[in-house]
Amino acid sequence: MEYEAVIGLEVHVQLKTNSKVFCSCSTEFGAPPNTHTCPVCQGMPGVLPVLNRRVAEYAIKAALALNCQINPLSVFARKNYFYPDLPKGYQISQYELPLAEHGYLEIETPQGKRRIGITRVHMEEDAGKNVHGEFGDPHSYVDLNRTGVPLIEIVSEPDIRTPEEARLYLQKLRTIMRYIEVSDADMEKGELRCDANISIRPKGETRLGVKTELKNMNSFRHVQKALEYEIKRQQKVLEEGGIIVQETLLWNPQLGATETMRSKEEAHDYRYFPEPDLVPLEVSQEWLEEVAASLPELPDEKKARFIEEYGLSAYDAEVLTSAREMADFYEAAVKAHPDNPKALANWVMVELLGRLHAENKSLLEAPVTPQQIAQLVALVDKGTISGKMAKEVLAKTYQTGKDPQQIVEEEGLVQLSDESELEAIVEKVLEDNPKEVEKYLAGKTKIVGFFVGQIMKATKGKANPQVVNKILIKKLQEKGEQQ
Amino acid sequence: MEKIGKAEVLHVAQLARLEFTEEEVEAFTHQLNKILQYVDQLKELDTQDVKPTFHALAQTNVMREDEVRSSLTQEEALANAPDRDDRGFFRVPKIIQG
Repeated sequence: MEYEAVIGLEVHVQLKTNSKVFCSCSTEFGAPPNTHTCPVCQGMPGVLPVLNRRVAEYAIKAALALNCQINPLSVFARKNYFYPDLPKGYQISQYELPLAEHGYLEIETPQGKRRIGITRVHMEEDAGKNVHGEFGDPHSYVDLNRTGVPLIEIVSEPDIRTPEEARLYLQKLRTIMRYIEVSDADMEKGELRCDANISIRPKGETRLGVKTELKNMNSFRHVQKALEYEIKRQQKVLEEGGIIVQETLLWNPQLGATETMRSKEEAHDYRYFPEPDLVPLEVSQEWLEEVAASLPELPDEKKARFIEEYGLSAYDAEVLTSAREMADFYEAAVKAHPDNPKALANWVMVELLGRLHAENKSLLEAPVTPQQIAQLVALVDKGTISGKMAKEVLAKTYQTGKDPQQIVEEEGLVQLSDESELEAIVEKVLEDNPKEVEKYLAGKTKIVGFFVGQIMKATKGKANPQVVNKILIKKLQEKGEQQ
Repeated sequence: MEKIGKAEVLHVAQLARLEFTEEEVEAFTHQLNKILQYVDQLKELDTQDVKPTFHALAQTNVMREDEVRSSLTQEEALANAPDRDDRGFFRVPKIIQG
């Protein structure tokens, strides 16, 4: 039987504020344990939490970027459970009246565009960090520095059908969070965390199967792998006549398998109630408009504009807008050389990114400026250097930081475009290779490549390929007519 | 009619990590039922056009600016801890088995 998966994701994004959500402790990462706590985040009796204005602002910004409707009034709630990293015995979250609802985001899959619904976006506080003792040590260790660091939880509709879509959804979410600068959303650093609800059903069935909850997937790759594994596991259970048990599973990256969570208690009975220590949040139309006005151009809009304005393919526009710094880099290059945006896209995506990837560097670390890429493409467009030479020039710019123009001048890298000079070289190459000429004339036209290679060799790569081609075809035709 | 039985009281007690004597369970079962009866009485009012109250104060948007102020020192933070280690962590019984 053919099955389809039904997947919904719950994503936590850490907001990039200076201080915590309900107290003035620093959110700085990596400080010594328990040095960023105060009576409020330690949950001492008699203290009062006060909402950080920037948290509300960032959360609204994120919700708007995810096409949500912002509730004019939203309320904080207590989610009650016991765990050593939660000193108050409850987490301040939102429940009945979340900040925002009814949004969506769009992903580009190999099968086309897909819209994934977003059920809700709400604000909450993070818990502390538990460190488990080595084998044989009967203790765990708790650091409360992270307690009270602001999070938004983004809950998707169960619209995701494949592990690949789940990965694309998360990557898009990360891109958007980075564009609007509310979070760095780095999964490895725990700034973006993802839990998944997943069930399977026979294709065509509309009722939902029993779902399991997957946790502990801390990279995009792990999310995809864990979901792939879980789909296969559920299929096997059903095919063997078993039933799926609703449970929480942990992804074990070492084993490449999901395991039943062995924590003693895992009751989903949180007894939510409105948080009496915090008054409701009212988002006025005025505030909403102010935040909306602060939103930058979002990835989808930018992509559409790149296609329209620069004549890029959908794929190129997608790649170039997948990170804001890349889009900015590209546009700075276009500004410096507006005549050939398509070539610039290629140079940025293929040559520059290729080099950066090989060294595991980001575009922000690129030793080449957008203006230098623009200058390089301009030199090719003017015919001063060939594309092949330009690659060597880029390699030198990359190493030395020197402008392409300067490298070209210093090394005398000028393309040979003089027709009479090239004609003599072409003539000589044809004379030296009479067999190949015969083959060409006999119909093996692909052998042109061989001649071009020989000419390039004779000119040390400096020959202008367009001119060479033109002369070569002309000369070969003449030879054909002479026969 | 009793809305809450002993089993429910014990369940909530378990969630709140509370231990009760047999007499206390009896007493709380009785009291909780009385509270619910009172709520039922309130429910008789027509609240069709009344906005729900989420907070006792008729106030919204009490906020602070995103500014860092000094926190407790590590020693102060750990002062009331039943157990700690030299690195400055709270030490608790092992959370995950294994």
